[in-house]
Amino acid sequence: MNQDFLRQMPGAETHLKQSQSLAYRLHLDPILLGLLLVLCAVGLAILYSASGQSMVHVEKQLVRFGLAFFVMFVFAQLDPIVYKRWSPWLFGLGLLALLGVLFFGVGAKGAQRWLQLPGGLPRVQPSEFMKLVVPMMVAWYLSSRYLPPSLKAVFVVLFLIFVPVLLIVKQPDLGTSILIAASGIFVLMFAGISWRLVVGFGVLVASFAPIMWMFVMREYQKQRVLTFLDPESDPLGSGWNIIQSKTAIGSGGLWGKGWLEGTQSQLDFLPESHTDFIIAVCAEEFGFVGVLALLFLYLLIVFRGLFIALKAQDSYGRILAGSLTLTFFVYIFVNIGMVSGILPVVGVPLPLVSYGGTSAVTLMAAFGVLMSIHTHRKMLSR
Amino acid sequence: MRSDRRLKDSNREKRIYAFRTILAVLFVLGLTFALVLRLYHLQLMNYEHFQTLSDKNRMQLQPIAPNRGLIYDRNGVLLADNKPIFSVAIVPEYSKDIDASIASIQTIIDISPEHIKRFKKRLQRSRRPYQSVILKSKLNEQEIARIEVRRHELKGIEVQAELARFYPLSDATAHSIGYVGRINEKELGKVDAQNYSATNYIGKLGVERFYEAELHGQVGFQTVETNASNRILRVLERISPIPGRDISLHIDSNLQNIAVELLGKRRGAVVAIEPSTGGILALVSTPSYDPNLFVTGIDYKSYSALRDSLDLPLFNRALKGQYPPGSTIKPIVGLGGLDSAATTRTFSMWDDGKYQLKNDERIYRDWKRQGHGRMNLFSAITQSCDIYFYDLAFKMGVDNMAKYLGSFGFGRNTVLDISEARDGLLPTREWKRALKGRAWYPGDSLNMGIGQGFMLSTPLQLAAATAMMANRGRWVQPALLKSITGEAEGVRHRKVVMQDVKLKNNEDWDFIIGAMSEVMHGKRGTARGSGSRASYRMAGKTGTAQVVGIKQGEKYDAEALSERNRDHALFIGFAPVSDPQIAVAVIVENGGGGSTSAAPVARAMFDEWILKLNNEGADK
Repeated sequence: MNQDFLRQMPGAETHLKQSQSLAYRLHLDPILLGLLLVLCAVGLAILYSASGQSMVHVEKQLVRFGLAFFVMFVFAQLDPIVYKRWSPWLFGLGLLALLGVLFFGVGAKGAQRWLQLPGGLPRVQPSEFMKLVVPMMVAWYLSSRYLPPSLKAVFVVLFLIFVPVLLIVKQPDLGTSILIAASGIFVLMFAGISWRLVVGFGVLVASFAPIMWMFVMREYQKQRVLTFLDPESDPLGSGWNIIQSKTAIGSGGLWGKGWLEGTQSQLDFLPESHTDFIIAVCAEEFGFVGVLALLFLYLLIVFRGLFIALKAQDSYGRILAGSLTLTFFVYIFVNIGMVSGILPVVGVPLPLVSYGGTSAVTLMAAFGVLMSIHTHRKMLSR
Repeated sequence: MRSDRRLKDSNREKRIYAFRTILAVLFVLGLTFALVLRLYHLQLMNYEHFQTLSDKNRMQLQPIAPNRGLIYDRNGVLLADNKPIFSVAIVPEYSKDIDASIASIQTIIDISPEHIKRFKKRLQRSRRPYQSVILKSKLNEQEIARIEVRRHELKGIEVQAELARFYPLSDATAHSIGYVGRINEKELGKVDAQNYSATNYIGKLGVERFYEAELHGQVGFQTVETNASNRILRVLERISPIPGRDISLHIDSNLQNIAVELLGKRRGAVVAIEPSTGGILALVSTPSYDPNLFVTGIDYKSYSALRDSLDLPLFNRALKGQYPPGSTIKPIVGLGGLDSAATTRTFSMWDDGKYQLKNDERIYRDWKRQGHGRMNLFSAITQSCDIYFYDLAFKMGVDNMAKYLGSFGFGRNTVLDISEARDGLLPTREWKRALKGRAWYPGDSLNMGIGQGFMLSTPLQLAAATAMMANRGRWVQPALLKSITGEAEGVRHRKVVMQDVKLKNNEDWDFIIGAMSEVMHGKRGTARGSGSRASYRMAGKTGTAQVVGIKQGEKYDAEALSERNRDHALFIGFAPVSDPQIAVAVIVENGGGGSTSAAPVARAMFDEWILKLNNEGADK
């Protein structure tokens, strides 16, 4: 007890200092908030260009950002202990919702991702909800156990991850399922899973890949992988997106063509230019330097998140915050990777830059959880 | 839960966590580095490659078709014009369902199954992306308006304007200037593909084909910026096309019209040449067809009607019709007879309507059964006596006849710019042996002497030979072309493919031409009916070409023969005798005698041409 107390003191000191600031009392982390605001501003500027200079898109996105920041603020107010307590219940609710999607879901373009709430309520996307809930659930399960986790615990966790991921793959939504699987696995990693197990599972997954290919993946998903491997094989069909995005990025050069001057995006050669492929617009108009600057901004956010995780007072907060932060990074990596042609095209937006409200709200909710973990400090670790 | 917590080692957890965080940072940095490397690879190492690709995307080099040169007659009357036509076309890339698109157009304007069939055929051909495929050409104003009104609901459907050939005189000039049609892949293979990259039409026949290079012009180019839907946003650079050069022909549309009118519904051909220049003043073949039908593509029904017509409207009789020249070659044979001393101006013989070779039982008859009585060369030409020419042909032999006839252009195409013209047939000993495997018999010569037997000639050849006669042996290459814009008019285009005919005694020209003049004006001239009441003197010769052989001892009876087996009527002539301005050859298929069917056509053309010249002279 005594030792514990001493070890917690440095954290407690900061807590005492921070408690005086307004931000702290509002349970906000000013550094993270500032970085996110800058990112959103940059995102809106890129979106304006990518949407064909449409103020309508920008205004809509602004409203969504407003909502997202509000959600973040609300989430930051809740004590992490609430999240921890609610984790299994939320997880159960999420699973039910996913099952609901499976049977009563609505959607478009062959994907069934939404659930229509009764009584004039809006449609919800349970898979987005699970992006937060799955790491919470895994963190909840592991944080109450001896760490590093035992083999049995690892299997339980993998099962906890596998069920929602499978339900989301079925929708189908490969991008989201990858993100959710990653968020769960990151929790395991931060919890200290032994490297032998990591290698073992790696081999297992690799050997399952052909089975996935043959029985789980849909035709269009396979097509994406094939296109990724050889985009020139179908330059006007499914290879078109990736060829055009690479062309947009490459033709940006060092300094870019200038804001609103990108020919690939402004003349509509780049498909999905304001949603998943928006980084290509940024790369075309602001060049290598511009993308590097954006990446730097993202890294600052990621490092702030990892810092918050490191400073967390209990293992639940720690591994949850770490996982949420790394998942945020996975968004960035997968998105830029797919647009620049080093990863297959899976539907992952560029966080807070791509047009779309759902991912913005989910991401900001995650940052709200991070702020909550950071600002709800106890004098003593429990 | 409580028991678990007791087991937990918070310090170890934190240690592990710190270590894993370091790994996470390395993970993040490593993957970020991979992204940066990728961006470096795309944006810096391959910048130029992608820059080019991106420019290729947005910038298109578009060819611009040059306007085709116009064709005028000698008086500046437009024979071939360019007129805008409107077509409805489908851009397959924009149309999700092509059949649905066609169906939606069908609700607005009339589209026949034939249109759809031909559209599908065109759709199969290779084309540039976003290049539209024409569904129906030559829309009328009402159709254009109907489509434009409902354009917003017709995705991928556009109305296009282009310049297409229009022939104002329609069938009157079809056989003289030919027509253009949609260029096909075979033709594209023969021309400079780049120069034709924007061209839809190419000369298929006649002048349009022969002067294709001059008429076509030089393609222009423009670099345009387009968006992904191929819509042009702005023109970045433009090199204007050089329009094709205009062409003036020697053709006189008035003469042409007169010939067409006089031939009427009969099958026939008329060729008129200005002897001094070789200029072809009229080139008519009837019946004819509307060349405008062929420009944008004739429908199958109309085409098969033309193709299968017994009157062969598509057949150019003036150039390709090979007929026995009949008596029209008698003046040339007579000239050769004088020059080769096979006969003299004064030699005479008795014509009792029959001629026999020694050791040959076959009786060669005169067209006049009872004979003409005493005949010399002059009267034999005037009255077209066959017996005299049987005798002369026998005396001259095939070699001499072939020599003189050949020097007047028979047996070959000597015209500058009519490559489709046939050569006719000038028989020789060698030809007969090679083709028929038999020796030349004296009887063959007899038939040849009156333009029957093996010999064949086209109306164009007859007119050219007549022009040479009018020129007294001076050869001027016949040509349709009078001038090309940007080039001096004249004989620069001409090629020397023939020698002038030089006689030992130049007065023989006057003698023969005098006889030909007597044909028109003499008391017993075979064409005196057509030569009467003229303010100028003309020279001519009638002819008759047998369609079916009349057996020995049988009599030709026009009434008894069905219309299509009747003889062809021929006439050649020029006027005025003193200063020939026009030489004409006329053939009327199954017209019977040359004097009644063919000569009046020539006379009307003489009148038109010479009186007009006189008027022009008077004006001056």
